[in-house]
Amino acid sequence: MDVVADKRKLDREFTDLYRDHLRDVYSYAYYRIGNHHDAEDITEQTFLQAYRHFERAQRESEGRPLRPWLIRIAHNLAANYYRDRSRRPQTQLEDAAVVSALHDTEDLVEGRQELQDVLEGVARLPEARREALIMRFSLGMDNREIARALDRTEGATKVLIHRAIKQLEQGLKEEGHERAR
Amino acid sequence: MNELGDVEALLRSALTPVEPAEGLSDRLERGLSEITDAAAEELADWELSAMRNPRNWGRPVAAAVVGGTATGALVLVRARRLQKKRQARGVHAIEKGLQDLANGVRRRLGG
Repeated sequence: MDVVADKRKLDREFTDLYRDHLRDVYSYAYYRIGNHHDAEDITEQTFLQAYRHFERAQRESEGRPLRPWLIRIAHNLAANYYRDRSRRPQTQLEDAAVVSALHDTEDLVEGRQELQDVLEGVARLPEARREALIMRFSLGMDNREIARALDRTEGATKVLIHRAIKQLEQGLKEEGHERAR
Repeated sequence: MNELGDVEALLRSALTPVEPAEGLSDRLERGLSEITDAAAEELADWELSAMRNPRNWGRPVAAAVVGGTATGALVLVRARRLQKKRQARGVHAIEKGLQDLANGVRRRLGG
């Protein structure tokens, strides 16, 4: 096939990838970094970098979904972000997007605190556990996809997620006891 | 629901997906089209240099036919732009030559 036609096809496919996963990449960056401004920067850089390597990624993926690859780029950029600026994830997210899932006003006050506790608990987890939970619960990725994004086996990923949830649960319990005292 | 199930439900509510601001999409799309245009220009340059070799003459023609619209058109626009540049360079060289000649004559007459 012709080079120009190939290029146009590639651009169309990249556009589809961008449209399908802009929200995923942004959500991942937001929950990892904790503020919109830097999440936007990371999202932008992720797609620009993805565009540069799209052809090779497509060739090597052998038809598998490219979402894990995209998230892996975002993961590397977020890791650089912390390394370069010696930052830790912010536990306090900038806005109340997290509460949007709760529509029942009676639950709102109590629910808000509960969700804040969960987010703070997630932010305190070791990096790989935190990431796995963001991928699973914010992006809805399955074990296979998460394993590819984190470069682990599916079995190791399953264990990682299980331990992350257990650790979070333990932390929330301790938090609850602390508050009850 | 067991306790792990509770935590999972809480996680789902807490980590609800976040929509990016419209400004980000606009900025990103602009950035991507700039890169795409740059890549297309690079490709056009490649096509033009390939045209110098008669063995490659089939490729750009096929590109224009298959590509049809935007990229094919870009190759032509780019080719015209380069041609104009070359012509401008040619005219400039002639002008410069005449100027040098005039200066030389002026020097001889004056000096």
